[in-house]
Amino acid sequence: MLTESNRFFWTSGADGKLRFLRCTACRNYIHPPSPVCDKCLCRELAVEAVSGRATLAAVTVNHQMWMPNMEPPYVVGIVEIEEQDSVRLTTNIVACDEADLAIGMSLQVEFQEYEDVFLPVFRPVSSPPGADGKNPTGDA
Amino acid sequence: MDKFEHSAVVSGLGMSDIGRRLMRDPMALTVDASLAAIADAGLTRDDIDGVCTYPGNVPGAGGFSGAGAHDLIDVLRLKPNWHNSGLEQAGQLGSIVAAMMAVATGLCRHVLCFRTVWEATYVQLQRTGQIRYSGGGGRLSGGMEWRIPYGAASAANWIALYCSRYMHEYGLTREQLGQIAVNNRKNAALTPYAVYKDPMTLEDYLNARMVSTPLGLYDCDVPCDASVAFVISHKDTAKDCRRGRAVGFEAVGTANTERVSWDEGDLRYLTGIEGAANMLWSRTDLKQKDIDMVQLYDGFSFNALCWLEKLGFCGVGEAGAFLEGGQRIARDGELPLNTNGGQLSAGRLHGYGFLHEACVQLLGEAGERQVPNNPQTAIATSGGGVPGSALLLTAP
Repeated sequence: MLTESNRFFWTSGADGKLRFLRCTACRNYIHPPSPVCDKCLCRELAVEAVSGRATLAAVTVNHQMWMPNMEPPYVVGIVEIEEQDSVRLTTNIVACDEADLAIGMSLQVEFQEYEDVFLPVFRPVSSPPGADGKNPTGDA
Repeated sequence: MDKFEHSAVVSGLGMSDIGRRLMRDPMALTVDASLAAIADAGLTRDDIDGVCTYPGNVPGAGGFSGAGAHDLIDVLRLKPNWHNSGLEQAGQLGSIVAAMMAVATGLCRHVLCFRTVWEATYVQLQRTGQIRYSGGGGRLSGGMEWRIPYGAASAANWIALYCSRYMHEYGLTREQLGQIAVNNRKNAALTPYAVYKDPMTLEDYLNARMVSTPLGLYDCDVPCDASVAFVISHKDTAKDCRRGRAVGFEAVGTANTERVSWDEGDLRYLTGIEGAANMLWSRTDLKQKDIDMVQLYDGFSFNALCWLEKLGFCGVGEAGAFLEGGQRIARDGELPLNTNGGQLSAGRLHGYGFLHEACVQLLGEAGERQVPNNPQTAIATSGGGVPGSALLLTAP
């Protein structure tokens, strides 16, 4: 559900950029969105774009059908963004053979568009955008 | 150390029928377990002056919650001085700690605690159209919004991610992890109420279908229908209870020192375990070598591995070597693990099963599956991934 606190995140990909809240005082990135900086308790937070580069920190290949619109197998990973490794996303790793998945590998964000939401997913930096056959910003 | 734990005892244990698709009203299961626990303590319902449960009457909980505190209070016409329920506490066994505090403070003498699940029947009723699925559709919120859009819909996925990182860091193999499931199945063969008792070899484990790598089918616990209940009483009443003696508490661990999250913190270990484990040891002079058995939460095999290591029964990253071959954790091994089969084989009694088994063993009432040499101490835990808790129990 889009709310005032998370709308920026889920719509950020409209221009191809990934964004997080960042503390204007101590420059700490904060995720999930929160009204206060977890480091310095400052309340002046601003949305900032990041590079979209990330590192794979944990990975699983899901083989069980949990949801009618997601056909297994698919890859779920936890990624750490380049700017601050304490900022993590649970996401899909796309355009990567299972055999090539490796904790520590370098990833780049791309977005899958569903209605008004741009879902950030990640592909290996070595794979071209859309290499999984899906239009990264079109109908999926 | 003068501590509240010493004020409380487990005076009564109760269990309903346990099984897959019992097709029974979960309140009926709850009443069965509750009345059994009250009778086991040698009490009547008029003696019960407290009620405590996990998670209580949670809207939309489906088969996850079979009865709330208010529901049971009304059905049994109880008149508690105090009652409490909640999802947001230190694991399922956090509700036991709340009951202990209630008797230690003098608010209550005898607190009835229960945990009822009816997940197997609930799913069957959904399949046959007798319950309409009330979730689904629409957009998500409340934490799940960060995972569901990616198909990371199950705790199997979330825990698999941590397990993948642990394996990457420490070289744990599936053969080593599989010893937990194989051990538990072996133990379940001697547990009358266990859901799965058929023998299972390591080969069977390795050949089972994958759910979410590296977790296969037998790394995941078994949803079932069950209610487990306890009477937590003030220690001064123990001599008057049916047995004239009762299992005691030496220490609790309820601290949560990590982010409450499924993708933050130290990805090698599930969150919600370390704080509870450290707090447990900080409240007792007993050491790991003094513990005669462990009943460790195994909603997934990896939960139990994390507890084993964070409780210090092996060194950092050494759980795989500790589990290798399975002898150490066998019922006659140096540290018997999940002697009733745990949730992996006995069924998802959801936390309460571990305390039940610890009590049965410490009372010497485990029959065929009794741990040898008159065990005096046991640890029971719940949680991991969500905030957990640990209890150190002592024989009467």
